[in-house]
Formats: sequence, structure tokens, C-alpha cells
Amino acid sequence: MGITVTYLTLIVLIPLSAVFIRSSGMGWEAFWAAISSRQVVASYKVTFGIAFLAALTNAVFGLVVAWVLSRYRFPGKKIIDALVDLPFALPTAVAGIALTALYSRTGWIGQYFYAAGIETTYSQVGIFIALTFIGFPFVVRTLQPVIESLDADVEEAAASLGANRFQTFFQIIFPALLPALVTGFALAFARAIGEYGSVIFISGNRPLVTEITPLIIVKSLESYRFPQATAVACVMLVASFILLLIINLLQRWSESVGKART
Amino acid sequence: MAGVISRKRYDNVPRTDSAISEPLWVRWLLTSIAIGFLTLFLLIPLVVVFHEAFKKGWEVYLASLQDADAVSAIQLTLTVAAISVPLNIIFGLAAAWAITKHSFKGKSFLVTLLDLPFAVSPVIAGLVFVLLFSTTHGWFAPFLREHDLQVIFALPGIVLATILITLPFVARELIPIMEAQGKDEEYAALTLGAGGWRTFLSVTLPNVKWGLFYGIILCNARAMGEFGAVSVVSGNIKGKTSTMPLYIETLYMEYNGSAAFALASLLTLLAVFTLIIKNFIEWRLSKNAHS
Repeated sequence: MGITVTYLTLIVLIPLSAVFIRSSGMGWEAFWAAISSRQVVASYKVTFGIAFLAALTNAVFGLVVAWVLSRYRFPGKKIIDALVDLPFALPTAVAGIALTALYSRTGWIGQYFYAAGIETTYSQVGIFIALTFIGFPFVVRTLQPVIESLDADVEEAAASLGANRFQTFFQIIFPALLPALVTGFALAFARAIGEYGSVIFISGNRPLVTEITPLIIVKSLESYRFPQATAVACVMLVASFILLLIINLLQRWSESVGKART
Repeated sequence: MAGVISRKRYDNVPRTDSAISEPLWVRWLLTSIAIGFLTLFLLIPLVVVFHEAFKKGWEVYLASLQDADAVSAIQLTLTVAAISVPLNIIFGLAAAWAITKHSFKGKSFLVTLLDLPFAVSPVIAGLVFVLLFSTTHGWFAPFLREHDLQVIFALPGIVLATILITLPFVARELIPIMEAQGKDEEYAALTLGAGGWRTFLSVTLPNVKWGLFYGIILCNARAMGEFGAVSVVSGNIKGKTSTMPLYIETLYMEYNGSAAFALASLLTLLAVFTLIIKNFIEWRLSKNAHS
């Protein structure tokens, strides 16, 4: 108990509050100038916009993968299931260089995209690929237990009342999965906005176009512009806190939907 | 690949009657989409690491791993993990124990605090320690200068950042398991006269050993692979404060792809090993649950 509180205070609470205390010492105008410059605002758009698209993609494909993994049987399913966690375990820098090699002009996959006129590296598409990769497990892993706990009786009842399979899915199953799906989406989104390692290799880091907000912080630090770094970090932290709060509320919603069903 | 799914395979699946399952073509389509997406996004990147690492042959691969800077990066990574992982194990056990077996005020705040490192960008996790310990701009700058201590651009900073990033893993694995087990066994032990420590060591700990084991493996994989946070605090001095992921970046930026991927292949093996352990433990647990 004592260990827990002391450790959390020393490692998490004090360091993170340092960001806010430092920023509050800056004065409002300097703070506002730091977080609203053209380059920084462009980076918010890139970071939040692409993270949103990537999380959305993960929600769609994550739903399919979670459904297939919990309901169907096919050879190699165990390996596929284990593979889902790869982005959790693989270091982000490794993911970054692997994806860059794969999607570059001469890469195994990239050559086809480039032939079709889509630049998959050093572009916003590249950031999208990296953020989709790192966020993928969240949706699948939040949905899987919920799909597995679904009651077959309800589906049978719907079918016996004359619903076809599509009606059953969209009117019975999907509403039951929705809270978990949104939670998974939010987790993937939260992870994606803070991501750094996998993105910087594939993005090309051109200011205003493919520069993500975490990179702005790193660049500011490297050029010893501490107030700038701190102020932008402050914005990111607030965004993370809000997301964490929303995720907690979503999880409660998810639990209450689960309880209502049983 | 998905073409091998035959109707026969579904015969021994519990939910096969057509009323509560999808038509064959839908199952086939969904399975193909799932396998296709996973192959494209997860499997191929995994394969490409090894392909790139061995592109110039075994000799180049082995030589890149024996390079002095690479060896020192591997050593530093092992050192950092050897310090930060045990600390997080102790903390993880203490936190999970406090949260699941006791009730106290501010518990939900504690849990939120525990989850924070998941939500915070690794770059910010590094930045906070720069704000505290930088010898030029940090809060403790005068103290550090006076005692000639170096935290940032040195081992302590790397360890601190790694601890912050990997802090929730052990606790997060343990909490659901401890919660599911409840407090009954501990109460029984206490009633029979065992002390707090004895109860913890001979009742609580054995009950969670598999979860703890996986938590440690995962924490270790993340500690060795951490990039963003470490890159902010380390200064990336080749041969001195360059960890494996940082040295991979350096090599990659120097257009030394083979060497970068050779080093990356080691971390990839670690990741694959972590996934195998995870599945082994899940298999063990489900076997225990059935028997």
C-alpha cells in the first residue's frame, strides 16, 4: 500500500504535474502563442485527423477479425489469434522501419501503390498505415470477450421469430457489441495520438504536412525551446486525460449493457 | 488461404445450425477479409524484418551484431531492463494487492493514475524527466550541478523513463486475476493464524503465478523496445547512451539498413517469444479451468 502510493507519486504524479506547473509559469500569452502557431496547429490536424481515420479503420476490420476469431473455425486460427497482439509486443521503432521498407517505392507492397500513383511512404498515407498497425489489437481484444459471452438463445429467439441472419446481426447482436466497439475505437485512438516511434520513419516529417505533434515536442526539446515543448505537451496531456475519462465512462456503459442482457 | 475452409470443419462447432450462423459465403468472405487484413498488416511486416536482416547474407548479419556500438547498445538495453523490470514487478505486486484485497479512499484515483502511462505519449513520458532533471533547465538543476550528477543523457534518465512507460503492465495483468479470486482464501489463511507476509507468499502469490509471469515477460519486452521516451532522455550518444531501438534508428538514418534490421530482428524475436509465452499461459489457464 505504502509502496504503491509512494511509487506512483514519484514516478507518475510528480513528473506529470511538472508539465502543468511549468506551463502555468509561462504566462497565458506565451502559452497560447506556443500552442497555436501555424506549424503546431497543422500538426494537431495531422495527428488527430489521421489517428481518427486509423481508429475507424481498426474498428471496422477489428470487428470482422474479432467475429471470425470467436465464431468460426479454420486452419491456422491459433496462429492468427496470437498474431493480433504483435503490435503490443513489437518495439515501435522496429515496426516503423519494417513498415517503411514494406511500403516504400521499391517495397513488397509499396511498389503496387506507387504504380497506382499512391505514395505510401513519406506521406500522410504512411502515417495512417503506421497508426493502423499500432492500434489494431485494441478493438479486437475489447470485442472478443463480449462476442464470446453473447447468449445464443437470443439469436435463436430472433431467428424463430422470423428474423433473417442480417436482421439478427444488425438489430440484436450489433447493439450488444456497440459499447465494446466504441471503447476499442477510443483506446486505439488514444494510443494513436501519442504514437511516435513507428510514425517518424514512415512519415518523412515535413512541417505542416506530415509532422505529428509528438515530433514537435521532440524537435522543440532538441533546439532547447523548453517552454514550447512543455506547452504542446500540456495540450497533448489534456487530450489524453479527456480520452481516458471517456474510456472509463464507456467501460461503465459496456458493463451496464452486459448486465442488462443477462 | 481461406479456400481450405470446408463445410465439414464446421460440423463439430457448437453453433452450426443455419438459424444462428451466417450463410457459408458470408463466413467465407469474412474469414478471407480477416486473414487478408492480418497478413497484410501484421504478418508481412514481421517477415520483412528478417528478409531485410538477411538480405546481404549471414556474414553481414553476424558482423552487424558484433559491431562494438551494437554490442554496447545491447548491453545497455539489458542493463536498463534488469533495473526497471524488477522494480516494476515489486510495484505491480504491491499495487495489485492493495487495489484488489483492500478497500480504501481514493482507490479509483489510484487506478486512474496506474493507467495513465498507457494513455500518455511516450514522448511526454520522456519530457517530464527532462523538466525535472535537466542540468540546464530542470527543477533539480542546481542540486544536480552541485553534486555533479547526471540523470538526463545518462543511465538513470533512461531507466526512469522506461519505468514510467512499463509501470502498468505487471499490475494490469494481476488485477483481474486477483479480483476473480476474491479474498476468501486470504481470510482463511489469516484465520488459521498466518501473518500478512506468509499469507501473501503462500496463498496470494501462487494463485497468480502465471499472470505474474506473463506480466513480467510483457513488461520486459516493452522495456527493451521502448523508443520514444528513451530517445527524449538519452541524448543518443553512440556507444554510451544508445539503447537497441535508438541504435536501430541511428543505423537506419545512416542508410545502413541491413545492420538496422539485424538488430531489429533480435527485438522481433523477443516480441514473437513474448506472444508464444502469452498463448502458452492462456492454454495452461484454460486447461486448469477445464479440469
